Amino acid sequence: MSISIQSIHKTFGSYKALDDISLEVPNGSLTALLGPSGSGKTTLLRIVAGLEFADSGSGKILFHGENVVNVPAGKRQVGFVFQNYALFRHMTVAQNIAFGLTVLPRNLKPTAKAIRERVQELLHLVRLDGLDLRRPDELSGGQRQRVALARALAIRPKVLLLDEPFGALDAQVRKDLRRWLRVFHDEIGLTTLFVTHDQEEALELADQVVVMRNARIEQVGPPQQIYDKPRTPFVYEFLGNVNKLANPNGPAQYVRPHEIEVKFAAEFDPSLDRLAVVQHLFSAGPVAALSVRLDDGQFLEVEITRKQLDELALSEGDSVALGLPPTDRE
Amino acid sequence: MHQRRVIPGFGLSLGFTLIYLSVLILIPLAALFLKAAGLGWQEWWNLLVSARVLAAAKLTFGASAAAAALSSVLGTIVTWVLVRYRFPGRRLMDAMIDLPFALPTAVAGITLTTIYAPNGWVGAYLAQFGIKAAYSPLGVFIALTFVGFPFVVRTLQPVLEDFTKDTEEAAAMLGAGRWVTVRRVVLPMMLPALITGFTLAFARAIGEYGSVIFISGNLPMKTEILPLLIVSQLEQFNVPAAAVIASAMLIVSFMLLFSINLLQRWLDWRHR
Repeated sequence: MSISIQSIHKTFGSYKALDDISLEVPNGSLTALLGPSGSGKTTLLRIVAGLEFADSGSGKILFHGENVVNVPAGKRQVGFVFQNYALFRHMTVAQNIAFGLTVLPRNLKPTAKAIRERVQELLHLVRLDGLDLRRPDELSGGQRQRVALARALAIRPKVLLLDEPFGALDAQVRKDLRRWLRVFHDEIGLTTLFVTHDQEEALELADQVVVMRNARIEQVGPPQQIYDKPRTPFVYEFLGNVNKLANPNGPAQYVRPHEIEVKFAAEFDPSLDRLAVVQHLFSAGPVAALSVRLDDGQFLEVEITRKQLDELALSEGDSVALGLPPTDRE
Repeated sequence: MHQRRVIPGFGLSLGFTLIYLSVLILIPLAALFLKAAGLGWQEWWNLLVSARVLAAAKLTFGASAAAAALSSVLGTIVTWVLVRYRFPGRRLMDAMIDLPFALPTAVAGITLTTIYAPNGWVGAYLAQFGIKAAYSPLGVFIALTFVGFPFVVRTLQPVLEDFTKDTEEAAAMLGAGRWVTVRRVVLPMMLPALITGFTLAFARAIGEYGSVIFISGNLPMKTEILPLLIVSQLEQFNVPAAAVIASAMLIVSFMLLFSINLLQRWLDWRHR
């Protein structure tokens, strides 16, 4: 089901949390709300869920064309996974997952047998077979997260919302779960909106990235486009490693470390290149990182492959010529 | 004992604990039982099944249990309001909860009596409905609720603060109504702490003396509580009888508290 957010405003007292937000989340997409803390991304997610209300008189939220602004959270058919999972500590994994089915009104409630079957099906779906009788405090972080996901899916939601889904996990589990979630999403094809402050996560996982800052949307687009054609300096800087080159005759130029070509000083072409001196060399990793000083004294981070590094046979103190990408980009 | 420990001071702190327990609890209690043992079994038995003692015991334990139960209900509501909502005067209200701890119980007793007496502010109102608050078992119950209530609030507060709003929101997202959320999520999560609060309020109420003696009227067989009975025995220099009643009271209280503890363990175990 598609989600359409139309000019939503939200203020807390005098603080503006969302300022005229409009956004289309296509049916079946995996969309990331990316931004630093305080950018409004979580507030937006909570408004879509119905846990928070937009300012009265402000816009609409349409689920498949239907305005849900006045529909209570429990009736929106939205699956929500909380940052800290918010599992019911006093219930088993199975009881947690079944909760949404057991609270249905009597005429809609499945039989006990049907609920048991659905729980087993969901446990299998999230790869937690056999853990039905455990308590949340006996599970690892990654397992808890998948219980929370299964619990949210039990009610057969039309939309899935995840708040910082990997925020509370350690690095390795985070990576694994990220891949798993991507595959999982492709399998079940549920329209999913998730909040993250980690640009790597957003770029790797989402088909559509929404970059937010100070209560507004800075840019929306597929990850590749966001990364390659950032529309604002903020997006440039927020999406990771970037060099900011001051330009006395115009706006600053942004260059990513891997976009810089490194050549022998002898190949220096004054019309295109800049001269620089290698200050530091870091070659312990798949790519070599150079820290270089330009002729005007500015420092740049440059990334080249290990192979290139060997061909150039660079060491600290060497002079090099740098080919910078043209400045006429957006 | 020759194991090396990272945390220092085990010997010292254990020694302190043993001395504390001995000097302040075990030795006085032993002395009490010793005094009581001065009487034979037959005298014990006759004393304890005397109508006056039985009536006082029934009132003490009955009113204490009822007061602790009411404190639990009221305490839950008040804690909920204090933890979940932000409103002007909240901190002041929070601080006021502890007043029954600090107030000399006699002051509390006299104040409650004045208010609930047939010519007092509340008492006069109740009297119109034929309800006698002060100088009746109801008065005992009111005083015990007053002293037990803070225990429930202070036990529940950290627990309620600890489980975040998320859990309730999660229930709401899954379609649970307000009442279902409270019944199936909030209350079960609070239950262990609620039992602890109940136990503390109950224990405190059993031993309460100061606030009750003013409001109860102290009519033997009607509104006399065990602690008062003990004191009146002492005033008549009947020390052995006082010791016997006190010992029996201690044993019964211990058994009650111990079984509540077991119940709590069982609840906890069932949840594992």
